[in-house]
Parts: sequence; structure tokens; C-alpha cells
Amino acid sequence: MTHVPATGSEPLAPPLPRPTPTSAPYWEGLAAGRLRLQHCQTCAAWIHYPRVRCPACFGTDLAWEAVEASGVLYTFTVAVRPTAPMFAGSVPQVIGVVELPVGVRITTTIETDDPDGLRVGMAMKGVFDTSERVALLRFTPDR
Amino acid sequence: MPLSACVAGVAQHRAQRHFRGSPLFSIEQWANLAAEALSDAGIEPGEVDGICCGGDIIEASRFVPATIAEYCGWSVNLAERVDLGGASAVGAVWRAATAIDAGLCDVVVCGFVSEPRPPDPNPGPPDPGYVYGASSNEWGSPQAEFDIPYGNLGQNCGYAMYARRYHDLHGWDEASRAKIVVDQRASAAVNPDAVFHGVPVTADEVLSSPMIATPLHMFEIVMPVSGAAAVVVTSQKRAGSARHRPVRVAGFGEHITHKTPTYAPDLLTTPVAAAAQKALAMAGITPADVDMVQIYDCYSITVLLTIENSGFCGPGQGLAFVRDHDLSYRGDFPCNTHGGQLGFGQAGLAGGMSHVVEAVAQIQGRAGERQLARHDRAYVSGTGGVMSEQSALVLVGL
Ligand SMILES: [Zn+2]
Repeated sequence: MTHVPATGSEPLAPPLPRPTPTSAPYWEGLAAGRLRLQHCQTCAAWIHYPRVRCPACFGTDLAWEAVEASGVLYTFTVAVRPTAPMFAGSVPQVIGVVELPVGVRITTTIETDDPDGLRVGMAMKGVFDTSERVALLRFTPDR
Repeated sequence: MPLSACVAGVAQHRAQRHFRGSPLFSIEQWANLAAEALSDAGIEPGEVDGICCGGDIIEASRFVPATIAEYCGWSVNLAERVDLGGASAVGAVWRAATAIDAGLCDVVVCGFVSEPRPPDPNPGPPDPGYVYGASSNEWGSPQAEFDIPYGNLGQNCGYAMYARRYHDLHGWDEASRAKIVVDQRASAAVNPDAVFHGVPVTADEVLSSPMIATPLHMFEIVMPVSGAAAVVVTSQKRAGSARHRPVRVAGFGEHITHKTPTYAPDLLTTPVAAAAQKALAMAGITPADVDMVQIYDCYSITVLLTIENSGFCGPGQGLAFVRDHDLSYRGDFPCNTHGGQLGFGQAGLAGGMSHVVEAVAQIQGRAGERQLARHDRAYVSGTGGVMSEQSALVLVGL
């Protein structure tokens, strides 16, 4: 269990990703402003999140390749109540899923001044958020 | 070969927001609950040779069935801990039935408990893990790395994202989504054990209750309560000499493809579609043949998607189906006649058993004021995670 205190007077910070040997190229890519994904050299499937085996063919011949950080909004919600105490300072928070043209889906947050204007299927573009120790990939409507 | 094992007895405690009984340890609760279910069935405790349980025995984080067997003084041939969240109860029933049909055992207690334990006079530090709920924040967990940092954890936002995609693709008839709650609360209103006994609700009240995660409101989300529920599954031969009408486990299915909805093959074709198809085919019936459905309902959207995915209406037709049918115990499509968890309350893993208990009570003709006139065949579903772990049962009265 990761030891994030559940109570106390200090505001809790949202937890940051902890890269693993398998996933490190993904996070290094984001830090450099590039979205890199695993691409199966056996069956051509694109893979997200990173794994040691392709979930389509279970093969291990996986290469890291850059793709454009853009896609469509697959679904989203405006979390009015925080989803956990660490996000109490982030509400209302637009949590969403973006589907890339290569078929993978990515969990993200949507940066927008107009959450009421969001629609499933809208074009989205990536925003590389390097404000913390680990870069995160957020998205915003591509107008 | 048709399935043969039967549910012979049930036990379920009243749902309570503020528990008024005497607190007991989980293992004590489990033993008492098993005794009640066995007594209901008219089967002696010494006949038990199988256990299906969940991870809700607080005094045993691991080796749960062994802890229970030892405590109850039973020698068991089936010792199963089911780890399917809200689908655990339905999953427990078919695991018990198949073990009995295979000749492994003869009397299996499937039980789940969620009542308060005695207050600890020397409490340790609070468990730091609870803020992550069913999500794992361990290093190397895909959720810890790719979902939790973006706020995607817990159940509310996940189910809300199912609802958003459903409505954007199939129309924004929110009154029909709210009607699911309204109809179930009408059934809860006549169930003395339900937390919302005597408290019906209108669609306007549902849609004006506080917004939690768009588009889901507070009244579309289960109320946590204390409670406990168990069933006794046994061979058809033993059930034949038990106290009540045997309820045969005529079909079952189970399907899991993902933990986090982001990675579901298709968000709106949930795993219950495959589970239902298998369960109904095994029972040799179609959706039109069932007299009632008892559908896992952590949220309004769960019911909508399960009705649709299980084949009671076509894809995208769920809202119209709900609009055109009365889902209450008085209606033409009885759904969650005990009130569902939205009306009865959700007592941890026992919440998923409430649907099984209600199906058995209806089939056995002892559902009181909400008793259905036609009550021979029930479709029951269980859902765990964020529509990720799904199981289905067809129960038929002999
Ligand atoms: Zn592959």
C-alpha cells in the first residue's frame, strides 16, 4: 500500500505516476513533448498502457514509436464531488477518455473553459503538462 | 446435461443506515448468518461441506474460507473466496452449484456480511489505503500509473462516463434514466427491510438531487447501509426434502474483459452481454421467457445498460424500453422487486446477494406485499468494478 495519509490538515496532492522499467519510455517521451506508444511488430497492434506482451497477440516484439497527440473525445464526466480526497482542490474536474486514430484509448483530464460545450466525438489535441516532476498528458478541444 | 443444484434457503438482514443491533466481528456475523440461512432451508449445520465467501471478513485478510471453516467447525470440500466485487454473490452461487453438480460437495453456504464490528478500544492508525477504494495505487499497477494521477478512481466517475457516452450516442432522455430509480423506489416503499421503506421518489426529485459526477445525481447512486445476506445451495435431491420450493440454478454466465473502463473493448457493450447470452442459452430460454429480472444496480446507468446488453431490448433502445414499461413489482417488467440496491440499500458485497435473495423469495412465493403473480423464472445479474466484472444467473422454481 502506498502511504498517502488519509486524514490530516495538509492538503493532499494528487499522486504522480511512478514509471517502471517497462513504461519509462512513455514518460520520458511525455517529458520531451512527444507521445510514444508501443507498436507490436508481430501483429501491428498499438498498445496502451505499456506492457511486456502485446494484449492482441501476446507477442513480445514491441517497438516504441511516436504518434501525434490528438484524437477524439470517447467519453468524459465533470466530477463535481472529488473522486478522492487528493482531488478536493481540483473540482470541478473534467475527467475523460481520448481515443487516438491508432485505436488506443488514454485516460486524461480535459482542459476547457466550457465543459458544457464538450461532446463525445469532439476533436481533441494533447497538452503536455510539465508542471510536476512527472509530465502528464492532458487534452483540450482542437478548434 | 441440465444443471441440477438448487438454492434451498436464504437469509438477509434488514438494511440500516444507523445500525441498531449489537456489533459483532465479521466472522461472528458470518456464522450467525449461515445459521439463519440453514435454518430457513431446514438443513442441519453438520451437513455443510462447502463455503463460498468474499473478502469481507475483516479479521482475515487472507485464507478467508479456512478461517470460516475452522470457526464454524466444518470440514469442507469446496473453499472458495470470490473476488468479483459486486458480482461476487452471483459468482458464488454458480460456483457452488457447479461444484455440487460435479459431486464435489452437497451443501454450500454462500454468504456476505457488512455490519459494524465492536469499536476497538485500542485503535491503530487509520488504513492509508482506503482512499483508493477498489483501485490499486501500488507501484507497477496500471491504475496507479495511468488512471489515478488523472483523478480516474472510485466508481462514480467511471459510471458517469458510461452514462455520458450512452446519452451522447442515444439521446438525452434523462427522465427515463431517472424512472429506473422511481420504479425501484416504488418497490422499496413496500419492502419493510429496505432502507427506503415508505419513501417513494419522483423523477424530478431524482434529477434535482445533488450532482455527483455529470450526468449522475445522488439519488441514482446506491446508499451504503449495514446488512448481510446468504443463500444455501444444495443438490436437487437434498433440496427436495428441504423446507421451501427448490430453486434450480438453471443457467449461468460470467465475463470479464477489463478493470478500468478506458480499456474496455467497447464501452457500451458491457461484459454482461456475453454472460447473459451464456446463462439464458444454458437454461434453454430467451429473455422473453423470464417472469422477473433482478439486476445489479449500483447506479441507474448500470440497470439501463444491463437491460439492454442482456437482450431485453435492442442496442440504444434502453431509454425507450424503460419509458414504455413499469419496472416496479406492480409492473409489466418487474425489475429489482425488493427495491434494488438503489431502494433497498447496498450492504457491501451482500448488496449483490440481495438480488439473488429476492429472486428466490419471489420464486418461493414469500415476497409479501410485493409478491408477483407469475414467479417461476428469474434472470439475475451481478456487476463488479466499473461494469467490468459481470456474472448472470437464470433461476427456475421446480
Ligand atoms: Zn501483437
